[in-house]
Amino acid sequence: MKAHLTRRYLFSASHRLHSLQMSAEENVSTYGKCNNPYGHGHNYALEVTVSGPVDVRTGMVCNLVDLDNYVEREVLSRYNLENLNTLQEFAEIVPTTENLCVGIFEIMRRGFRPAHLERVRLEETMMNSFEYTGQNKPYK
Amino acid sequence: MVYLTRKAEFSASHYYHSPDFTPEENRRLFGKCNNPNGHGHNYTLEVTVKGEVDPRSGFVVDLKQLKEVMHREVLDAMDHRFLNKEVPEFFTQIPTTENLAIAIWQRLKTKLQTASLHRVRVYETPDLFVDFYGED
Repeated sequence: MKAHLTRRYLFSASHRLHSLQMSAEENVSTYGKCNNPYGHGHNYALEVTVSGPVDVRTGMVCNLVDLDNYVEREVLSRYNLENLNTLQEFAEIVPTTENLCVGIFEIMRRGFRPAHLERVRLEETMMNSFEYTGQNKPYK
Repeated sequence: MVYLTRKAEFSASHYYHSPDFTPEENRRLFGKCNNPNGHGHNYTLEVTVKGEVDPRSGFVVDLKQLKEVMHREVLDAMDHRFLNKEVPEFFTQIPTTENLAIAIWQRLKTKLQTASLHRVRVYETPDLFVDFYGED
């Protein structure tokens, strides 16, 4: 019996949306207030969905402690209370929530083994969120 | 195809313990959830059905019937209950959120008349939920 399990995490970070491939004017017209050179912050809500057969002995898709530990070590400690633009991975990539969502998916995909990664969903505010399920794979 | 979701809430207690493991293993694996006196949650259930919109009624499903089935099959059986001791599925299975979603799916599957069941989502807390789409 395959089930999908989703866990929600919170972290806070700042960013500035500014592309090195655009002129100053283009950056302002594209990103508006988000191009403010001093940056601004969000409380992000991250949802990680994993799937797999429900283990008949434990009744679990995977042990939440393993998922929590991995997300804490590899994702939350990396981004929480940081300025995203100062991180190496965003040296040349604009830290939009789209790019952050894909980045977190790749971190989970590379190293989390106890269950299959289905989806990463990232809320930037209560009004907008982004989802990534890997290339060319629609979410159910 | 249109998808319709109905929500309901129920409160229940449970604990995690497997006879396949030693007491030490149970404590290590399940931590505080292994306390045999149980602990409780306010669960939120979301039932999603799918179907074509009936041209006469404009409905995918008769909401009243869906509500009645959810109440009869799930809430009457599980609300304000100790899942391990009062819900038969959990006499032999651990009432994890995964198994709860599967059990609710199985209870609803054969009872819905017009629409077909697409997904059962069970929130144990606002930060944790399980989706079950039936057997693949």
